[in-house]
Order: sequence, then structure tokens, then C-alpha cells
Amino acid sequence: MSDLLSDGGRRLLLGNEAIVRGLFEAGAGFASTYPGTPSSEIGNLLEALSADAGMYFEFSDNEKVAMEVSAAAASAGVRSFVFMKHVGLNVAADPMMTLAYSGVRAGMLILTADDPSAHSSQNEQDNRFYAKLSLLPMVEPSTPMEAKAMVPEAYRISEELGLPVIFRTTTRVNHARAPVEFGQRAEPRTKGHFDRDFVRFVNIPANARVNRKRLLQLNERALEMSESSSLNFVEGEGDVGVITSGVSYTYVKEALKGVSILKLGFTHPVPERMVADFVRGKKSIIVVEELDPYLEDEVLRICAQNGLSVPVFGKRSGHLPYAWEYSPDTLKGVADIAEVTEFREPMPQPDIKLPARPPTLCAGCPHRGIFAATKRAVGNRDVVYCSDIGCYTLGGSPPFNEADFIICMGGGAGAAGGFAQTTDQLPIAFMGDSTFFHSGVNPLINALFNDHKIVMVVLDNRTTAMTGHQPNPGTGREFGGITTEPLDIEAIARGVGAKFVRTVDPYDVKAATEVMKEAIEYDGVAVVISKQACPLELKKRRMLAARTCEVDQELCIQCFNCLRTIACPALIKRDGLVETDPTQCIGCGMCANVCPKHAIGVKK
Amino acid sequence: MKYTIQIVGVGGQGVLLASNVLGTAAMNAGHRVMMSEVHGMAQRGGSVLSTVRFGDEVYSPLEAEGGADLILGFEPAETVRSLHLGNGSSSIVMNLDPVLPSMVAAGFDEYPDVGSLVEAVRSVNPNVVTLDATKLAIEAGKAVAANAVMIGAVAAMKDIPLTRDQLRDALIASVPEKFRDLNLKAFDLGFMAIQN
Repeated sequence: MSDLLSDGGRRLLLGNEAIVRGLFEAGAGFASTYPGTPSSEIGNLLEALSADAGMYFEFSDNEKVAMEVSAAAASAGVRSFVFMKHVGLNVAADPMMTLAYSGVRAGMLILTADDPSAHSSQNEQDNRFYAKLSLLPMVEPSTPMEAKAMVPEAYRISEELGLPVIFRTTTRVNHARAPVEFGQRAEPRTKGHFDRDFVRFVNIPANARVNRKRLLQLNERALEMSESSSLNFVEGEGDVGVITSGVSYTYVKEALKGVSILKLGFTHPVPERMVADFVRGKKSIIVVEELDPYLEDEVLRICAQNGLSVPVFGKRSGHLPYAWEYSPDTLKGVADIAEVTEFREPMPQPDIKLPARPPTLCAGCPHRGIFAATKRAVGNRDVVYCSDIGCYTLGGSPPFNEADFIICMGGGAGAAGGFAQTTDQLPIAFMGDSTFFHSGVNPLINALFNDHKIVMVVLDNRTTAMTGHQPNPGTGREFGGITTEPLDIEAIARGVGAKFVRTVDPYDVKAATEVMKEAIEYDGVAVVISKQACPLELKKRRMLAARTCEVDQELCIQCFNCLRTIACPALIKRDGLVETDPTQCIGCGMCANVCPKHAIGVKK
Repeated sequence: MKYTIQIVGVGGQGVLLASNVLGTAAMNAGHRVMMSEVHGMAQRGGSVLSTVRFGDEVYSPLEAEGGADLILGFEPAETVRSLHLGNGSSSIVMNLDPVLPSMVAAGFDEYPDVGSLVEAVRSVNPNVVTLDATKLAIEAGKAVAANAVMIGAVAAMKDIPLTRDQLRDALIASVPEKFRDLNLKAFDLGFMAIQN
């Protein structure tokens, strides 16, 4: 990891590592994020390395704030970098749209990590349209090598135009790994000065109208830069032309033969003359891109405006799919237009039933305890489980089945208010500690303000677990030479006016069940904080006490209550008996807590 | 030349570590390398897949279905689940030590007999070789070295364009000093298990 700080040489880097190295070589002085996969590792690396690299980095409490702090840094003359997953940009879109009007004084990159196939996301939206919507320039690397090299180039573009640049990646760039050549680190500038410019930075209507025109003029310049950019190039010869960008370029290189390729790295504005020149004289054009026909529609428009009648194949023609990520074999779809590599016949699936292996809550995960307690407390009541984005999403699986509605960060608690008003069902919202700070306080205030009867359960595991254990306001900050006190979720809930606020230990399932019953009966907004640290995080910090649970087979009556209610992966049913797996068990005692015969003991 | 290794297993088994060692060995041997890894949610006990590709014609981090030259199966059921990644002439190294999915462990689902899983692979591919990597790792000193056993097994595969030394050096460079002997021993046991 610390290798990323040394100059020269060649290393096998994850795309996200290559981007961090790119920041060091570009001399970025300020970075901010809210963690989200596939961009998460960038944050973990900057948490560890930013101080040694001489730059400032923060985990902001959500993407909107991350965008705003980075916007200010770049407006004050400090090169900044804000990064997030694709849906994070929805949260940050509000400041971004008007930031485009003001522009920046030092370079600013806005990294959006899109997730075709939704490997770890709730949707697979195509964020390239944000570039069109905001009129900001956009670049798209295809590989880790390009990702590193594009960082300094994108800063150059940003500074020449005085506009933030959208740096768009996808999972197979962020999580690809390849050899990357290192250059020299640049000295980051971390302090600047904000010089007032009332028209440019104060977007009241009179100024916004001026800035809108200015932005449109800058787009004409951006188009000229795109036309001559070295990020856009033609390679290969053939009368079939392929226009592509991002990781799709690598699939084209391997799967299509005898074609000419227009590889676009500067993808907003799309270089119109370059595309027209490329199309002219070709027999046919294939546009290869994942998700939506962003380039394809631009190509069709450019052809129409230039009177070019070359047929354009891709998604609109039905040859390539809109949904899910591509791979080299996706290009079989264009076999009647271009020569496609021969693919080997996959082995048939033998006729044997395999057990499913979905991701699951870890052994000793405290979320298991609060889900078990909630289920018991709910009984036969008609409830709507409004869940959220985080590890606890996995509570939607058996035996808990406690997720009926998931849309976005903080969305569960907001929706709970709507269900409370429009149904006779009881909405129970689950959210993590990091989600509470991200966008959970607002829906709590809304429920109090509008008198929605909801139960809001904050699953406070003292970290942002799913994305790789980043700190959040509830844990305080302890890196980069800055130490801050943890913020208290209970005090915040009381502070905004919640009257029923209780903290429970989810490992004590019985006690948590009693509190959940009270919360359900309470006439008003009830907040329950389920507080217990994530064992994975404790393990990482070497703070996990050495304990395991053991089943006394003399006392066990094989009621399997432990398996049915906690379903911990460390509980194993073998030959009709329940045992614990000492390699997985962390001795949390949840199973012991629900055992009616006290047959499970915790051993040190 | 292009060579693709698909490494399959379960989150926590060290699939990422093994793919890093294989990728490093290929890079140090002077090949172009492209790899693809699974990070995030699937790591919570789910199936994981890592792709290592090298050779002068390699550009893409992903391989087409059927395109694997070698399937390195860290877990028997995952090996069977991933057969579509390879073809009838792919090489397959299959660890026989199962990791039970939580619903199996809890008695709500069943895990097939390991022998029948090996038979299932044989029915579509004659090249499969098996080993008990965990047992060999314990023999070497510690179960966590199962990783190194699997890499040793790769080194013994005939058609892989990487040498035993290249793989061993990359492995040793990736582990802390105090675990070197353990990993070397595990590597050799894996190598011999396949060669014999």
C-alpha cells in the first residue's frame, strides 16, 4: 500500500490504486468522499496515505457535502478530487449542477464509479448523462494504466476551462488490476485564497443567467479541446468502424478483427468533427458501450447533421444489450457486421444440485440479534420493513426476511413516513450508523414534524462496514493528524425532538425484544439504537476478545431455536445435533441468549 | 499468446491473494497482464471469482464464457458452479475441502457428496486434478497456507506458461518474512500433490 508513495518502477495495481497514484502525481491537495463501491478503496487508501502524501482527505458525511467541500477547495485555488459511486452523484447532483455555472479556479475532478450489472448497487444507472445535463467535460479511462495517466490530464483540462471535470469509471476499471508505470510525485498545494467574484460565485437569478451563457461558451471551447485531445484516437484499419469508450474498448480489442477503432477517452463533449471524419467512407459503424446508448445517440445525431448515411449498429439496432455489463463475448451480437473472434464452447453444467451461496451476515454479526428481536417483537402484526443501504440489506434473506422496501441511502426512514400515513401497517425502518449521518436525520425530523408513527432502528455497528470499514461521524476521526470526538446518535435523536429513544445491546436478544415491543406500542416516533461493534472491524483492530460458544449436548433438546432465530454461520447442524464451529464463532453469545435450556455457554 | 486463469472460491478463502501472486508472477515474467477482482458485498461469505489473464494479446480484464485455460477451484461446489467459465480442454485444479454455505450449516439446505462433485466435473472435463489443500496446508504447518498449496499446484500444471520459480518467487515476495518457510513448504506440497 505504502508502495503508492514511492516514485518510478512498475507495479500491479487495482484501478482504484492507480487513481490514487494519479492524484499523487498530479499534486492534488484536497480530496473528499462518501464511501461507495466500486470506488471505496480510494478512500481507504487516502485515509492511510494522504498525510504522508502531503494532501488533505476527508470522509464527508454524504456525497453532497463531499462535493461542496471539494468545490470550495478548488474555488480557493487548491486542486481537489471528489469521488463516489454512481448513485452517490444523485445525492451530489444539486451542488454539481450550479457549481458548473461558477466553475473553479484550480482543477477539480468529480469521479463517478458506475456499476454495470449492479454488483454492489441498487441500480445500474449510466452517469455519463450527468455530463450532458451539467455541461461539464468528461473523461473515461479503459484500464488502470489509463486511469492513472488520465488524472493529471483531466486536471489540465479542468484548469484550462475553469470547470470541474467528470471522471467516469466502471466496476471493471476500478476493480481491474494491471501493471502501472510510476512517474514522479508532484508537491501538492493545500492552501489557497478565495477571491470574491460576485457574478461568478453568487448564483442569484441575475448572475445565474450570465453564468449559463458563460458555461455554454466554455462548452464550445471544451468541444475544440475534445476534437484535438490525445485521449481520443483512431487505431486499426477496416471499412467497418467501431466507436467505443471505457472498458468496452478492451472487449473490442480482443473480440473484433479487421476493424478500425475510434477510441474515445474525452467523452463529453463528443468530438463531432472527429466522429464525422471517422464515419465518412465507412461501410458500417458499430458503437460499443455499456448501459445506455450515450455515444450511439451522439453518433446518430452527428451523422444526421453531416448528411452521412452510414448505418450505425449497436443498442438501437438491437445488436447489443442495454442491460448488464459487457464482456468480450457480448460482441457475438455484431457477428453479422464484423469479424468476431472464435469463442470456445463452454462446458455444459453437469446435472447436480448445488447449494446456493448468497452473501450473508457474518458469524456473530450484531445485526442478527436486532433482526431476531424485531421479528419476535412484531409477532403477527402487519408491518412494512423499510430497509436501507448497508450490510443490513442482507436482513432481507431468510430466516429474517426483514426488508420489504429498499430504494436509496436514508430512503427507508423517509418511506416509512409515507407508509405510516397511507396504510394501517406499522413501518419499521432500519438504517446503519453511517446512513443515519448520511441522510437519516432528515426523515426522522420529517416523521416528528408530520406526526408519522414509525419505528426507526439505527443499527449502530460503530463503522461503515459494507464498504470496507470507513470511519463516520459516530466513530469520530483518527487519521491524517486530525482527531475528533464521536457524535452521539442518541443525543442527536433526542436533540431533534424524539421522545422515545432507547439504546439496546443486540447480543442480548431477550432485552432487545422487550425494547422493540415498547417501541412498537409507542404512540409516536420511536427510535431504537442497536449498538454493538462490527466483529470484522474489531478483528482488524485486534480488539476481538478470544471467546467461543459451546453447546452442552446433555442440556440441548434439539429445538433448533438458535438456528431458526439467529441462523449464525458458526452454528452447524450435524447428525441431528447443533454444534458451534470454533473457526468462525466469536463467542458473542447471541445463540446462548435465545436458548431456552441454557445449553450454550460462552468460553474464554 | 493469451492465457486465462479463473480462480473461484468463497469470500475469505484467499482467492484475491492467490490471484495477486499469479498476476505478479506473470508481470515479472514480462507478460502483459489484466485481472479482474470481486470486491464489496460478495465478500460476505458469497461466491467469489477472480480473473487473471496474461500474454501479448491480452487487453480485457474479463474472459469470455468457456475461455478459461485453467480453472483454479478453491472449493468443490464453487468449482462445479463455475464450469461454464472453461471448455472441454481447460485444465482444472480442484480443492476437495468444502466450505458449507450458512443455510447448509444450519440444516436448511444440502451439500452434495464431494465425490459426486468430482464425478460431475469429470463428466464434462477429463483434465481435472484434485487435492486436499487444507490438509496439505496443515501438514505444512497452518491451514491458512492452503493458498500457497493451490499456487504450488498451479506450478505443476503442464501447459501453464509460467515456471515453478516464477510462481514461487512471486508467492514468497507476497508474504511476511516469518511466514516464508510455511508458505514454501505448502507450495512444495501442492506442487508434489499434482505432479505425483
